[in-house]
Amino acid sequence: MNHDAEFQFLPYGESIKIDGVDVSFHPAGHMLGSAQVRLEHRGQVAVVTGDYKLGNDPTCESWQPLSCHLLVTESTFGLPVYRWEDEQTTADAINDWWRESRDEGKCCVLYGYAAGKSQRLLASLDPSIGPIYTHGAVEKGNEAYRKTGVDLPETTFVGSLERKHDFTGGIVVAVPSANGTPWLRRFGRTSTAMASGWMAVRGARRRRAVDRGFVVSDHVDWPSLLKAVELCDPETVWVTHGYSATVARYLQELGREAHVIDSRTRSENDEDGAQASGVEGEGS
Amino acid sequence: MIRFAELYHALDSTTKTNEKIAAMSSYFVAAPPLDAAWATYFLCGNKLRRLVPTKLLRAWAAEEASIPSWLLDESYHAVGDLAETLSLVVPPGEIRTDESLSYWVEHRLLPLRALDEQTQRQFVVEIWKETPAKLRFVVMKLITGAFRVGVSKRLVTRAIAQQSGVSADVVSHRLMGNWTPTHDFFASLVDPDVQDTLASQPYPFCLAHPLNIEEGPQPIGDAEQFVAEWKWDGIRGQVIRRSGQTFIWSRGEELMENRWPEIESAAEHLPDGTVLDGEILAVASDGNVLPFGQLQRRIGRKTIGKKLLSEVPVVFHAFDLLEHRGVDIRQQRFVKRRGQLEQLLGDCDHPHLKITELVSGESWDEWAEVRERSRDVNAEGLMLKRKDAAYDVGRVRGTWWKWKVQPFTIDAVLIYAQKGHGKRASLFTDYTFALWDGDQLVPFAKAYSGLDDKEIRQVDRFVRQNTKDTFGPVRSVTPTLVMELAFEGLQRSTRHKSGVATRFPRILRWRHDKKAEDANQLGELLEMLDD
Repeated sequence: MNHDAEFQFLPYGESIKIDGVDVSFHPAGHMLGSAQVRLEHRGQVAVVTGDYKLGNDPTCESWQPLSCHLLVTESTFGLPVYRWEDEQTTADAINDWWRESRDEGKCCVLYGYAAGKSQRLLASLDPSIGPIYTHGAVEKGNEAYRKTGVDLPETTFVGSLERKHDFTGGIVVAVPSANGTPWLRRFGRTSTAMASGWMAVRGARRRRAVDRGFVVSDHVDWPSLLKAVELCDPETVWVTHGYSATVARYLQELGREAHVIDSRTRSENDEDGAQASGVEGEGS
Repeated sequence: MIRFAELYHALDSTTKTNEKIAAMSSYFVAAPPLDAAWATYFLCGNKLRRLVPTKLLRAWAAEEASIPSWLLDESYHAVGDLAETLSLVVPPGEIRTDESLSYWVEHRLLPLRALDEQTQRQFVVEIWKETPAKLRFVVMKLITGAFRVGVSKRLVTRAIAQQSGVSADVVSHRLMGNWTPTHDFFASLVDPDVQDTLASQPYPFCLAHPLNIEEGPQPIGDAEQFVAEWKWDGIRGQVIRRSGQTFIWSRGEELMENRWPEIESAAEHLPDGTVLDGEILAVASDGNVLPFGQLQRRIGRKTIGKKLLSEVPVVFHAFDLLEHRGVDIRQQRFVKRRGQLEQLLGDCDHPHLKITELVSGESWDEWAEVRERSRDVNAEGLMLKRKDAAYDVGRVRGTWWKWKVQPFTIDAVLIYAQKGHGKRASLFTDYTFALWDGDQLVPFAKAYSGLDDKEIRQVDRFVRQNTKDTFGPVRSVTPTLVMELAFEGLQRSTRHKSGVATRFPRILRWRHDKKAEDANQLGELLEMLDD
């Protein structure tokens, strides 16, 4: 992005006119501040989802369906094998793991993307289990979230502590790139876990070389992608960013006009290539 | 069943030996003997014979998930594991009652085989409705006969030993060979009274560690502490002579019946209470060992015809004596066992029962020179064995070392790629390599291993960006990447386009310094054939 660019800020739901097109932003539910873009011109409405998810996330406003003629949707997890469990089940699983590791005298290290995913994870942790620590990048994200008024549990930035600090029984929320680095040594005996939609598949989980994988994603899974399309009920769907061809073909078979709009290389790179190359944030 | 599934996931989520043993021990402590027997059965790598054709499972799963079959196939390609795909694609079910592992196996799974398709389907769908993804995954692994978890038989043995107090050697011995998972079996497995041996029961095999070829043998100790034998490329086996009967076991713990009649009749000349460890080898009329390719002609045949018997006669090359006059002598020193072996086979004097000669030499240098001639005698290299060591169970470091010859190597071009399975699912990790024949690239070998994770990702990206054509799961790519392949042997083959088949091909390194046109010629490979 050009650093000299001038930004104009727009609250959700308000529209401005650009070259005769009414443009407005609407919550995408992906993370704090994430938006779908709604474009309207002469009664024709197009909606570009960007990254989005359905369901409840205490750290950001929920996605809302916008009825439209054209829907441009992401498809990062556009395969029927991706089906997220409800928020509470996953949160319980993470807290159980933390409690067990604490009882074994270990420190938990939970990996998630620094902005968005980490804060959502923090919000689901049970602070009564033990102290919560953060990696520098995560703490930066926390500041931004707290400034906006999102309620997060108390966290301590690892870098602000003495070298000899005892982390036993605590949990460290860190970025995935920290896995396997010497930085981890200061935490003593650890149990590591990765939180990502890719963790739904065992192979991906094992490749990550972490002890646990928790399926936590800020993207739509297969059922919610289909549900989103149904709710927005567009005449045409453009599918991008992920399993585009698969989703488009399936929608076509359901009788909806659907097209892939990535170039081949692009879709090849982003589909499962994203997890393969270790890109954080689920290829977004 | 829930406890068994939990055990599976506990074993699957750790790489630490102690945690694995602890997870198994705590399972065995609480499991009723029949459940423990079935758990032991599966953990040791035994499988149920196929219960339902996978084609049907796929079709039913697609219907239950309300997706077309092409989408199920695509999901399968992305996941790389059928049982997992089925457990993820079909909407999760809910546990009604928790039946035991043995109940599941004996009443819900094994009966599937005998049912007609319609009832089978009913049973399977019912299972899906009663299982959430994680539990269903384990059940589907059992149904598809693909149950595998990261524990060795040795580790299972240790867990049972730890939990029962019976020594690991005894447990390991009792787990050899064929057994049926019953209440009584498990009870006898952990029976503290150790006065038992079935006539047919083999001993656990002692396995050799590979010697680091670059380092050579110096780090393992002084040459005088060792003896050397040829490392034969045949079929490892145990010949048992007890109670007037002969049993020949493979290393895979398969009882090989009527497969090696020459050896069976030779073994009749052995005294009762004898167990030999050695290698089954094909030999020429002059007694010289033939390449593995010849022996292969006799493998996998149910009946051996007269013609084959005369063309490819086999000999058992014994290299160790485990039981002598009915006594387990595995704890004796190697040289002592060897002395008795020489005596025994000398007395027996049968052309199909030979003793593996020791390769003379007094220093590592001397043996290094001998080793260079391994291929001339159709050996893979040398075996170095500690003179004072007992016969160990499994792959124990330090007693037996295999010192293989340098492999053949050749630079080849990557032309096809396919996604892997399991850990490598959704990554292009299975490659086909080609050599030049004039201006044509001729495929000659497939290789799956040798690159590290980072390189695999680089190749994966390359494949995605340079795909020329797609044939089902296979991509053909622009010939660009050159890899140095290593392989152990070479033989003519009419089934391969290149006219040769390589043995154990794998990637040695990625030749970033070479372009496709710099790869080797097929002719250069053919020159390596020794005929």
